[in-house]
Amino acid sequence: MKTLPIYGTMAEFASANDLVAAARRTHEAGYRKIDAYSPFPVEELADAIGFHRNHVPLVTLIGAITGGLSGYLMQYWIAVISYPVNVGGRPYHSWPAFVIVTFEMTILFGAISAVVGMLALNGLPMPYHPVFNVPRFALASKDRFFLIVFAADPKYDARGTRLFLEGLQPRSISEVPS
Amino acid sequence: MADHLEEVEVANKRAPVIEPGHTFATVTDKISSIVLTRPTSMGWVVGFGACFLVTMMLLYALGYLFLRGVGIWGINIPIGWGFAIVNFVWWIGIGHAGTLISAILLLLRQSWRNSINRFAEAMTLFAVACAGVFPGVHTGRPWLDYWMFPYPNTMQYWPQFRSPLMWDVFAVSTYFTVSLMFWFIGLIPDLATLRDRAENKYAQMIYGLLAMGWRGSARHWARYETAYLLLAGLATPLVLSVHTVVSFDFAIGIVPGWHTTIFPPYFVAGAIYSGFAMVLMLAIPIRKIYGLEDFITERHLQNSAKVMLATGWIVAYGYAIEAFMGWYGGNRYDASLLWNRLHGPYAFWYYMLLLCNIATPQLLWIRKMRTSPVWLFLISFVILTGMWLERFVIVVISLTRDFLTSSWGMYYPTRWDWMTFVGTIGMFLMAMFLFVRILPMISIFEIRQLLPEAEVKSE
Repeated sequence: MKTLPIYGTMAEFASANDLVAAARRTHEAGYRKIDAYSPFPVEELADAIGFHRNHVPLVTLIGAITGGLSGYLMQYWIAVISYPVNVGGRPYHSWPAFVIVTFEMTILFGAISAVVGMLALNGLPMPYHPVFNVPRFALASKDRFFLIVFAADPKYDARGTRLFLEGLQPRSISEVPS
Repeated sequence: MADHLEEVEVANKRAPVIEPGHTFATVTDKISSIVLTRPTSMGWVVGFGACFLVTMMLLYALGYLFLRGVGIWGINIPIGWGFAIVNFVWWIGIGHAGTLISAILLLLRQSWRNSINRFAEAMTLFAVACAGVFPGVHTGRPWLDYWMFPYPNTMQYWPQFRSPLMWDVFAVSTYFTVSLMFWFIGLIPDLATLRDRAENKYAQMIYGLLAMGWRGSARHWARYETAYLLLAGLATPLVLSVHTVVSFDFAIGIVPGWHTTIFPPYFVAGAIYSGFAMVLMLAIPIRKIYGLEDFITERHLQNSAKVMLATGWIVAYGYAIEAFMGWYGGNRYDASLLWNRLHGPYAFWYYMLLLCNIATPQLLWIRKMRTSPVWLFLISFVILTGMWLERFVIVVISLTRDFLTSSWGMYYPTRWDWMTFVGTIGMFLMAMFLFVRILPMISIFEIRQLLPEAEVKSE
């Protein structure tokens, strides 16, 4: 990937409401490579920047099914094939006794997949990111809301995008060095 | 939604979830300053030091146990399960309230949970860690505990998956792992807040490492919220299963007083009962000392008291059915167990149990009791004692008098039993002391969500 001297242009807003409205207008203006930052989850925001494909549920489902299957098959293989113990002639494949470990393995693998899947899809851990070069961005984890248009966006041009963002009446605008 | 909630609250004349007048900035400052700028008080040092000494006593008791074996405890045939199992069940039960608050109340959209879920989850983790000590050391040869896990080995042997003790291994280890992940995931955005606000270089580095570069991107939040909700959905059946499986350790056996189908629901209710008592015993001093009455309001105390009252009645129902079945079931061993509980050598403790778990909590019907922190603290202490006695009654009375009079015996805990038990309480409190000092004990980002200014007006 070609490195650009400028990573993007960032606008600061005072409330979640302003940010959602600004993000909507930016997306409507045709900008696609944008992102928004808030100090708490804002449900409407993902929709406003045009993010709809969330794969976490699928990853979790696959993990949970894998966990359940491996839990059951492990017990079957141990109790029937590898280490059969004859207890008063009872069947080796005593499936009711295997339900609990199968259940626990389903939960365990599902939960691990949800967590690891979420972090991996988010690209975390990521020790360095250009947005942190903006000093005011430290407030994104407190009480300020930020919108960024990445320089990689085809519609991006440093002057025009800045003018456009100024039209959204932000509290401040800064260029993000990469 | 926040407006609507306020209207309902005004209509019901209930205390608010957060005292009015807070903004994103004040919430952030208030909670993060406890960790970042508040000086370490003398009280904290003394409290932590005392708990540290008690933890050292635990290590001493365990060291001597490893040296001499479980014979230093009061257990002997017929009572092979003494304090170790009583304490294990008690601690695991206490942990349940944390998951109930963080997962089940999240799914039920109980927004008041947002101010108590963080430290309740921490409480869960530490309680499960204390619980884990006991089955670990009561095996007799704790250095071989890894035999309980299925792994390919040169002995060509595998664990027996038809045994409830194996189910327990899987249930408890899954519970601990999932609780840890749930807690850590919940912490990430707050760790980012601490990273951005810390002035000390090392604090910045450590919180920065733990926050993993979290920057609050909308895409990240969307996936984060989904993962959090899915974890809650997975943790809900999990927490109900854990005490169910613990009760199977008893119910699958044929010992009178253990072999009953009511055990799973009654254990789960008892777990939540004792867990909320522990939540209150921690929340009441913490909110006072750190001045968090704005976030942990009267409403939280009242709601917890109501949960205790409700689960207390489920537990009372469990006792009633146990006694009724002993009389009505027609099994002479069950009848004799009932007689033993009422008149046998440990009868005093059975009556104490009824006093602690059924009689005392009825005070919570009175509104004044539910809103008075001092009374709630005392009642919670009584309930925790009662729940410990319940496990003592279940484990010990059944074992002292089984089917043959020739195998009857008595159980007397030794000082090593007591040192181990008190030691785990010290370890638990030591972990809580560390937690309130180095991590935000209230979820900052979830409190921000509850503020009226967080609302987004739909166009």
